[in-house]
Amino acid sequence: MHKLTFRAAALLLGLLVIIALLGPLLTPHDPFSQNLDLRLAPPSGKYWLGTDELGRCIYTRLLLGTRYSLLIGVVVVTVNALIGTLLGLFIGYGPKGMDSAVMGIIDILMAFPGMILTLAVAGILGPGLLNMIVALTLLGWVNYARFVRGMVLSLKEEEYVENARMLGLGQATILFKHILPNCLGSLLVYASMNMAGVILMAAGLSFLGLGIQEPYPEWGAMLNKGKNFLRAAPHLAIFPGLAIMLTTLAFNLLGDGLRDRLQGEGEVFLIKSEKG
Amino acid sequence: MGSYLLRRTLAAFVSLVGVTFITFLLIFLVPGDPAEMVAEARFGHAVGNREVELVRVREGFDQAIPIQYWRWMKHLLSLDLGHSLINRRPVVELIRSRLPATVLLACSSLLLSLAIALPAGLVAALRKDTWLDTAARLFALLGVSIPGFWLSYLLIMLFSLELKLLPVSGYGGLKNLIMPSLALGLGMTGLVARLLRASLLEVWEQDYLRAARANGIGERKILFKYALKNAMIPVVTVIGLQLGTLLSGTVIIESIFGWPGLGKLLLDGIFNRDFPLVQGCVLVVACCFIVINVLVDLLYAWLDPRIRWSTGG
Repeated sequence: MHKLTFRAAALLLGLLVIIALLGPLLTPHDPFSQNLDLRLAPPSGKYWLGTDELGRCIYTRLLLGTRYSLLIGVVVVTVNALIGTLLGLFIGYGPKGMDSAVMGIIDILMAFPGMILTLAVAGILGPGLLNMIVALTLLGWVNYARFVRGMVLSLKEEEYVENARMLGLGQATILFKHILPNCLGSLLVYASMNMAGVILMAAGLSFLGLGIQEPYPEWGAMLNKGKNFLRAAPHLAIFPGLAIMLTTLAFNLLGDGLRDRLQGEGEVFLIKSEKG
Repeated sequence: MGSYLLRRTLAAFVSLVGVTFITFLLIFLVPGDPAEMVAEARFGHAVGNREVELVRVREGFDQAIPIQYWRWMKHLLSLDLGHSLINRRPVVELIRSRLPATVLLACSSLLLSLAIALPAGLVAALRKDTWLDTAARLFALLGVSIPGFWLSYLLIMLFSLELKLLPVSGYGGLKNLIMPSLALGLGMTGLVARLLRASLLEVWEQDYLRAARANGIGERKILFKYALKNAMIPVVTVIGLQLGTLLSGTVIIESIFGWPGLGKLLLDGIFNRDFPLVQGCVLVVACCFIVINVLVDLLYAWLDPRIRWSTGG
């Protein structure tokens, strides 16, 4: 089963990366050029996925939208993982007082349900790509820090770490050379699921008008435009949603496949999932 | 059990205080001057410097953060969350009028979700590695990958526009409740089904069930009386956590279906830059979530006596 999962994930992700890189080469149209004579045209040989309310080619806009979603996902997940991992290593190995203080803050942040705080922060800061990324990273590091800290606390007692300490190796060496490598597998699983969660949340924020806005073709924002034409032109709402779903599915499949493989090696890690 | 209850309540109280502080801090993210925004709300848009300074002093915006927080907390303790900057009604009153709709939606979504997830997880575990199991797994992955807002549109297109069975939006009847509940709960449904399957399979191999089987107790009784109760332990925790996702999901789902709940109120507050209203909604939702998780932990202790015994001292 997990071979199949992996293959499906690899296929989808490969396709997405190619689309993100080559986007403009895969279409004869311009994502921004309007053609009011062609408003809300259904899918056809010329416009594969139809046109939107301003006569713009939806297929072309979806291609460009891939870049936004992947870019936001990669940036947010990288920043979250870096901050969370470093902090987790630090508090797990550092003095007890600091550990309790940071864990106290983390517990409070986790007392806010789901994305409600992210939503409020994004809303208060106002729409825009940068504000959205800030809102998504403000809380996104928490799960990484908690997980890495837990790993450090348990690995710290392992014999091989004790030995390294007795050999007189420095703290940094022990943390980065002996403890961190053991966390990487589980971190990778979480990061790929987190990628799906972040892309979904970003699309949700743009859908609500709190993220990337017109005329830029962000999938969530495009889907929002489709709501006025559910009857007359359902393709406006169907295709952007499909793009979001396939992308998040790809990352969830990847995470699922990775986890299966890790579980085979005896390393299990329960992940708190996120959904927008 | 008594001391467990006490410690759990104490921890929840600390979280509550922390949550009030972070919610209070939201005001410092507001671009621009909060005193000016409050003054504009009170005296109209052509507000002069004098009025702004008056509001600044009277509302304490000129004071140090801890003093401002203390002031805000004092109001909060007398259930005063301030007034909306837009319609000037008390925030507490606005929230109270919207809370029942959200509670109704969340409960109905939870019930619908469990009604699908529990049988699905059970069947997937009993029919492990068959096509039914694979189908349940695919469904779970789709559930967490499908954006709730897209699913809402698909449901509207199918059930309202095509089949004309359910109303597009609105509040009141049972028919209004179906689509938002489905759209809100699908992610949770998949997760819970998967988890119950994994948990049941693990419990299945335990010695006490073998012993029960060796004693000639019927499979059906073993499943429902012994296995299921123990398999539910991790499931209950995840349901508690997922309720948070459910609560925050109401923001999007309520705005799509015109559901007059807390999520819609929060979103309106965000768009109107009505920060007292935003703070109030965030605070209430977070408090609900904390209370839910205390209840879940108590349920957990009831399901798993080891918890109350081992940590009771």
